Amino acid sequence: MSTFFAYIADNAGAIGIAIAQHIGIVAAALAVAVPIGIASGIALAHARSRAARTAVFYLLGLGQTIPSLALLALAVGLLGVGLLPAVVALLLYAILPIARNACTGVQAVPEATRDAARGLGMTNMQIIRRVELPLARPFIIAGLRTATVVTISSCALASLIGAGGLGDFIFIGISLFKPEAMFAGAIPTAVLALAADWFLGRWAARGHAVR
Amino acid sequence: MSVLQFLQEYDTSLLIALAEHVRMIAIALAIATLAGVPLGVWGTRNSRAGGIVLAFANVIQTIPSIALFGLMIPVLALVNRGIGTFPAIIALVLYALLPIVRNTMVSLLGIPHATVDAARGLGMTEGEIFRHVMLPLALPGIVSGIRIAATMSVGVAAVAAFIGAGGMGHFILRGIQTTWPMMTIAGAVGNALLALIVELLLEWVERALTPRGVRIAAERPA
Repeated sequence: MSTFFAYIADNAGAIGIAIAQHIGIVAAALAVAVPIGIASGIALAHARSRAARTAVFYLLGLGQTIPSLALLALAVGLLGVGLLPAVVALLLYAILPIARNACTGVQAVPEATRDAARGLGMTNMQIIRRVELPLARPFIIAGLRTATVVTISSCALASLIGAGGLGDFIFIGISLFKPEAMFAGAIPTAVLALAADWFLGRWAARGHAVR
Repeated sequence: MSVLQFLQEYDTSLLIALAEHVRMIAIALAIATLAGVPLGVWGTRNSRAGGIVLAFANVIQTIPSIALFGLMIPVLALVNRGIGTFPAIIALVLYALLPIVRNTMVSLLGIPHATVDAARGLGMTEGEIFRHVMLPLALPGIVSGIRIAATMSVGVAAVAAFIGAGGMGHFILRGIQTTWPMMTIAGAVGNALLALIVELLLEWVERALTPRGVRIAAERPA
């Protein structure tokens, strides 16, 4: 235990930088994945053909089964090493849960509500922005929650392709057999994931209460 | 080196890696199923226990796989089993528990009370109700949990190469270390294909295990 605290004290600056990098990579991936996911979820919810929607989600679901390590490794083949391939691989991973939940949320809006909005003279865009999105909000946040937790934990592997982040310490710990380095990387990663899960959970719950 | 040459040169080691990978996840899934289904059943009988088991499995799930593997090393080093397949299987079991326990609980709790009441009205004992009514109805949901766990395990097992467990991840790791894209891609594509095959296979099992009456009810447009 004392070696762990000594290690933390010695490397406080580097650990801080790694945490910031980790959050930065996750934020960049989500910043792209969230608009794409929500937009495609809404589009799919409005798709005429039910078969087409099922097919798209089935294919996306199959894509999701590709292991994150494999996806990161494949991204290196296409985009080289560093930040860019890591962000791209992680954002591809994050799109599905967001899109699926946005679609479910929009589909759950009762047809009568939509009709009422149309009766008030709203345009299609207004219906999406002022009726469907607010009603689908708890679903969308739930998708964002899943995507965030998955991205934070897969981001630990991004260190392997030179993107930095907390994975650096985990890999240092494994290669040098230094448990204290491993803990220094693993504990903040897990804490970040749990904190994100908790905050987004609270946020979703608050949305319910207001309504 | 062309793809064909690569495959010819490394065919044996690719097959060995595949076998190692499959063996690892098969053992882990067997253990996780044998532990997770009873835990799930227990969780539906005792909601406090269910809550605790789910919360524990949830926390494990948020720990990144590479970190969980890393953490296994110092802990299991105490019994001299820090690296290799042994810690990998333990970590895989821990990961696989959540989907299996959760799906078992959700499927059992989703059975309509009326169905259970009808069975009781027919004079079935509690044991018979569980075996002949609840289990068949919950089975597709439970298998779906095992499927999610299996697909996830294929990906997590790739990471286990870092603690010396072998498998397809070994190719990815070696490719990255020697900056040989062909090797990395071989591992990654193999890994992705294996995940797809496992997914499709278990989806089929899930469909086959769905009781006919339930399947017809599900397919009828609402």
